[in-house]
Amino acid sequence: MRLKEAEHAAKAQITCIVGPHSRFLVVLLAAAMSLTAPARVLAQQPTQTARQNLGVATVTKTKTGSSMPQPGTMRSIDTDAIRPFRVHVPEKAITDLRRRIRETRWPDQETVTDRTQGVQLATMKELVRYWLTDYDWRKAEAKLNALPQFVTTIDGVDIHFIHVRSRHPNALPLIMTHGWPGSIFELLGVIDPLTNPTAHGGRAEEAFDVVIPSMPGYGFSGAPTTTGWNSDRIARAWDTLMKRLGYTRYVSQGGDWGARVSESLARQAPPGLLGIHMNLLLTVPPEIARSSNAGDPAPAGLSEKEKAAYEQRKMRSLGYFIEQATRPQTIGFSLADSPVGLAAWLLDHDPHSYEQMAHAFEGRPEGGLTRDAILDNITLYWLTNTGASSARLYWEEARFVFKGEVPVRAAFTVFPGESFRAPRTWVERTFTNLIYFNEVDKGGHFAGWEQPELLAQEVRAAFKSLR
Amino acid sequence: MEPLEKEYTMKQSDDGSRRYFLKVSSMLCLAVAFSPSAIVEAFADSKSKTTKKENAMTQTGATRPASEQVADKTAIRPFQFSFPDAELTDLRRRINATKWPERELVSDASQGVQLATMQKLARYWGTDYDWRKGEAKLKALPHFMTEIDGLDIHFIHVRSKHENALPMIVTHGWPGSIIEQMKIIEPLTNPTAHGGTAEDAFHLVIPSLPGYGFSGKPTKPGWNPVSIAKAWATLMQRLGYTKYVAQGGDWGNAVSEVMALQQPPGLLGIHTNMAATVPPDVSKALAMGGPPPADLSPDEKHAWDQLVDFYMNGLGYALEMNNRPQTLYGIVDSPVGLAAWILDHDIRSYQMIARAFDGKPEGLSRDDVLDNITLYWLTNTAISSARLYWDTRHTLPPGGGFFDVRGVTLPVAVSAFAEEIYQAPQSWAEKAYVKLIHYNRLPKGTHFAAWEQPELFVSEMRASFKSLR
Repeated sequence: MRLKEAEHAAKAQITCIVGPHSRFLVVLLAAAMSLTAPARVLAQQPTQTARQNLGVATVTKTKTGSSMPQPGTMRSIDTDAIRPFRVHVPEKAITDLRRRIRETRWPDQETVTDRTQGVQLATMKELVRYWLTDYDWRKAEAKLNALPQFVTTIDGVDIHFIHVRSRHPNALPLIMTHGWPGSIFELLGVIDPLTNPTAHGGRAEEAFDVVIPSMPGYGFSGAPTTTGWNSDRIARAWDTLMKRLGYTRYVSQGGDWGARVSESLARQAPPGLLGIHMNLLLTVPPEIARSSNAGDPAPAGLSEKEKAAYEQRKMRSLGYFIEQATRPQTIGFSLADSPVGLAAWLLDHDPHSYEQMAHAFEGRPEGGLTRDAILDNITLYWLTNTGASSARLYWEEARFVFKGEVPVRAAFTVFPGESFRAPRTWVERTFTNLIYFNEVDKGGHFAGWEQPELLAQEVRAAFKSLR
Repeated sequence: MEPLEKEYTMKQSDDGSRRYFLKVSSMLCLAVAFSPSAIVEAFADSKSKTTKKENAMTQTGATRPASEQVADKTAIRPFQFSFPDAELTDLRRRINATKWPERELVSDASQGVQLATMQKLARYWGTDYDWRKGEAKLKALPHFMTEIDGLDIHFIHVRSKHENALPMIVTHGWPGSIIEQMKIIEPLTNPTAHGGTAEDAFHLVIPSLPGYGFSGKPTKPGWNPVSIAKAWATLMQRLGYTKYVAQGGDWGNAVSEVMALQQPPGLLGIHTNMAATVPPDVSKALAMGGPPPADLSPDEKHAWDQLVDFYMNGLGYALEMNNRPQTLYGIVDSPVGLAAWILDHDIRSYQMIARAFDGKPEGLSRDDVLDNITLYWLTNTAISSARLYWDTRHTLPPGGGFFDVRGVTLPVAVSAFAEEIYQAPQSWAEKAYVKLIHYNRLPKGTHFAAWEQPELFVSEMRASFKSLR
C-alpha cells in the first residue's frame, strides 16, 4: 500500500517505526469528542469538510490498516479528505532518546573562547543537561494538541497543518510557512496575535485565519519518496491546501524556506493569491550573488546599506547549506543517530540565532527562544526522524532554477539580526510590486519565534491594503 | 603484558569516560621491535633509562621539575598504544543500535553516502570486523612520540637497512591517517625484496598530523600547514637527517608544498599525489562558477570538468570544517555518522569504497576502510582533525584555494592519478613548479594513492627522486 511505503505517511496514519528500537504511535483522534469510536473513512466533499469549521471533523481513520480502503478504489476521494490529527509519541521513543542523550560521546572543547569554531561544548553540555533533567516533551505535545491540527494528502504526500480560524468574520486567510531548521513550533506564538488581534493591540479588521503547514519532509508531514519536492511543488500544494480549505482569496507569509515557498507561490500567481510577505530575501540580484559568493570585494556603486548587506552575505558560513544542498544523506546519518549531533546542527544556522540560543542555555533567554522552545523543535526533528528528509529540501532547491521579476504584490520586513539586512533596492529588483517595506529594531532569522508580537504587527501592516 | 611494559592512561577527555592507554616500553622492547639507527638510539638511549616512567607521567599531566621538562621536550620517546576491550564493545554496541534515516530518493550517490552502503558497512563493522587485526599490523611498526612546539607528535619511523637510503617524510591527509601509508613502508624501505634495487631505498618518517590519530590535540589555534611544515623540519632535524624529501597528498600535499616554500636546510624536494597546479585565471573562473578560460587543452578541460564537479557537488564538508568544525558533534557521538562523513570525501574515492562494501573491492578493502574509521573513533579525533581546516582558514593570511599554485621553487615530482579530485595536467604542473623533476599520469587510482595503489605509488616514488639522490 502506497501510504505504508512511506514512513511519514504511515506516521500520519497509525504507526511509525523510528529506527530499530522504537515504534511510536501517532494516533489520529477525532478533534471533537462527540465523535464515536473511529470507524471507516467517510467520503466527504473537501469544501464541505472545510466549511464544517474543522472542529467537528467527520473524517478519521481506523487504527487497523486492514479496514482501510484499498488504493485505487477510494483514493481520489480519500486523499482529498481533511483528517483531524493529534500527536502522541509513545514513551518508548522518549526513553530511547533519553538513553542516547545520556550516553553522548563528547569531543574536546573548541580551541577558542568564542563561537567562531561552531557550537561550543559548554553550550551543548548545558543543553544536554537540561534536555535530560528538566525538559518535558509532553508539554510540547500538549501545546500542539491544544491547536486544531489536520492532515490531508496532496500530490501523494500527507501534509500536516495547524488551522486556526479567527472569530472575526472578515478575517483574511493566511498561510504561513516555517523554514529550516525550524518547524511549526516557530510560528505557534504568532497564532493568537493574528487570529485574535483585539487581545493583542490590534483591531478586529486586522484578523487572520491562519494555516500553518509542516513542509514535506518536516515534522508530522510525510517525507517525499521521490525527488522533485522543491519550493515550486510545495507552493502548488499550498494553493491546493488553501482551496481545499475553501479559501478563494488568501495571502502567504514566510522567512527562510517559507520565504522561498511564498516567492514560488507568487511566481505561480494562482487565482486568489492576493500577496505575500517575507522576512528573508532569497533572491538577491545575480551580480551581487555571484561576486559575494566568490568572496570578491564589494562592487563599485553600492549604497551604504547595500555595501553592509554585501559584507554580511560574504561573511556567512555556508557549510551547512552547501552540505545539505549537495550531500543531505551524508549528514543525515549523524542527524538520525545522534541527538547531540542533531541538536548542534540545528543550533548553528546563523550567528544571531545561535547567539540567542546559546544565551537561552546560559540562563538569559531573549524573546521567545527559551530552552523549552528550542528543545521542542529539536525533539520534534528527532522523534519524527526528519534530519535527512528536511535537509533534502536544500538539495531540491539547488536543482530548481528560476529567474525574473515577481509582479504579485509583495511586502518585506527586515529583522536586524537576520543573516543580512536586505536593502530595499535588492528586494525591489525581484519584487517589482513592493507594497510594504519596513526595518524593525529587534529579532532575527526566526522572527516569529523570537518576536511573535512584532512579526504579527508586521503582517498586519503588510497586508492592510489588500483587505 | 611484558614485564617491562607499563600501562598508563595517556589521555582522558573531560568527561572521563574515554581513554586509551599508552604503553611505554623499555629499550629492550624497542630493540626487539626494530633496528633503530644510531641517531635514534642516541636520543632514545640517553632518555630511556632515566625517564621512561617520567615520560608516562608527562602524558598524564603529572608535574615534574622544570629542568627535566626542558630536557624531555626534544626526546624521541618510543610509543605503544592499546585500546581496552571495553572501548571496542562500546563501539559495537553503538553501531548495532544505529538509528537510520530513510533511504535517499535517488538511485545514485548524488544525495550523498547511500543508505545501502552504510547498512552494509555497519553490518560488517558491528559483526565480523576485527580491529585487533589491523591494530596488530600497526603495532608491529616502530612508533615514537616527540614534543614539538608544545604538542606531542606521533610518528612511525622505519629505517632501511640500506645505509644510503633517502630519508622521506610522508604526510597523510583528511580523512586519512597513518593507516594510509601502511602498505608502502615495506617496499620503500626494503626495495630489493620488492622488485627494486638498493639504490631505491628510503628511510621513512610517517607522522600523525596534529589532532589526528595518536598525535596530541592542539588546545590553541594555530596548527596550520605553515606551523606543521616547520614542525616536520624540526622532526627531521631531530632525527638527525641532513638531507631528505617530503611527500604527500591532500593535507600532506599542502604541508609538503609549504615545506618546499620554507626551504628548511636539507629538504631536497617533494613529491605530490595531489598537486596544486590550478592557474590563477582558471581558479578565478571556478570561483565565479565558470565559464572556463578559452583554449584549454583536452587534459586541461578534463581537469576543469573534474574541478567543476567537485566545486559544485563536493565541497560541503570542507566548508563546514573550514568554519564550524565544532558543530559536528554527530561524528563524535555516532559511529555511523562518522563513517558516512569520512566516506564522503570525494565522489570517486567514495564510489571505490562503496564497491568494496558491495563485494567488489579494488584498491581498498573493507578492513582498510574500517581500520581508518575505527582509528578516528577510538582516538576521538573526528573534530580535532576537522579543526585543521578551520586553522588553515582562520590562522593564516587569506591565501589561494587548496589547488591554487603556491610558487614552489624546489624540485617537485608529480604523480597525477586518474581519479584524484582532479588529474593535474602536465601543462599546469610545468607552470606551477619551475623545477618539475617528474610528471606521470597514472591510469587508475583515486585520492588515496599510497593506500589504494601501493605498487604504482612505490614505483612513482622510486622514479621521482632518482635525480635527487
